[in-house]
Amino acid sequence: MEVDQLQRSFRDYTNALFREFGQLQLLQDESNPDFVVEVVSLFFEDSERLLNDLTTALDQQNVDFKKIDAHVHQLKGSSSSIGAQRVRNACTDFRSFCEVQNVEGCLKCLQNVKQEYLLVKAKLEALLRLEQQILAAGGTVPMLDYIA
Amino acid sequence: MGMAAAEAQFHVLAVDDSLIDRKLIERLLKTSSYQVTTVDSGSKALEFLGWHDNDMCTKQELISPKINQESSNLRNIPVVIMSSENVPSRINRCLEEGAEEFFLKPVRLADVNKLKPHMMKAKGKNVQKNEEHSPNSEEEEAEIEVEINLESPSQAQPQASQTNSNSKRKSVEEGRLSPDRTRPRYNANGLTVMSS
Repeated sequence: MEVDQLQRSFRDYTNALFREFGQLQLLQDESNPDFVVEVVSLFFEDSERLLNDLTTALDQQNVDFKKIDAHVHQLKGSSSSIGAQRVRNACTDFRSFCEVQNVEGCLKCLQNVKQEYLLVKAKLEALLRLEQQILAAGGTVPMLDYIA
Repeated sequence: MGMAAAEAQFHVLAVDDSLIDRKLIERLLKTSSYQVTTVDSGSKALEFLGWHDNDMCTKQELISPKINQESSNLRNIPVVIMSSENVPSRINRCLEEGAEEFFLKPVRLADVNKLKPHMMKAKGKNVQKNEEHSPNSEEEEAEIEVEINLESPSQAQPQASQTNSNSKRKSVEEGRLSPDRTRPRYNANGLTVMSS
């Protein structure tokens, strides 16, 4: 891959994540001081549940592709809402294998999705940790200000 | 804030099977001073609107719907749809079927700001009708908008000749038809349905 193509990807992925995170921050205020943490935590719980369900579903004798597609769709939606673009893209690939009912392909995609999820989880956790540290040190968390 | 008339608060019913999206949309709407109710399925949405399963006719039964006066109020419930996917054919279908707007997820504050004109318009339509009923109940003055998530798996029946994007709208319409129907709690004074 060309360097500039890679650079563009880098910018797209980080922009997506920070743009959504910034949007979440906008919705947080004194009356909802933990909104960002709540949403991100929900995303973690929801995703892990879906990934477990997907693992189980693909492990069956008779794979229910319709159910799998529904799960992947859900995961795609929530990762999109949180700005986890790579997870979302991995879900898109996953769905095309569901459509053609290709178990091998689905299994590979599931691996991919899991990997991307763990990466974004690490990033989000780092952000949240930093937030806590800032607050503990008496500072205010900077508002992310990306222009989409 | 002394307004002579009772200030009707706009109420939005958001339908989405994703917990995260429900949380987000709720926050967005509350930030914009709407009253919000979230439900996770189409059937719960209809329940909320005052229909019960036994009252609702199935799609097959209803071929040429007749509209009666009461149910015509509900016709004014603005419906907005949202989806994380940009599928023009599906979106256009919904809009043709009567949805006011389509929002691509993630929904933004700017999108939520677009709701008000629809609710105002619907309220205007209902003012005359409301004068025929007793307009004092707070519920009847409540503006309601319902947001529906287009892609709830519960609605997902891609093989069906009626697409799910239509089924929500249709089931809302079909639900209005029986004259014996339980009177909906909300008088659709700008009830807006946001459906995903």
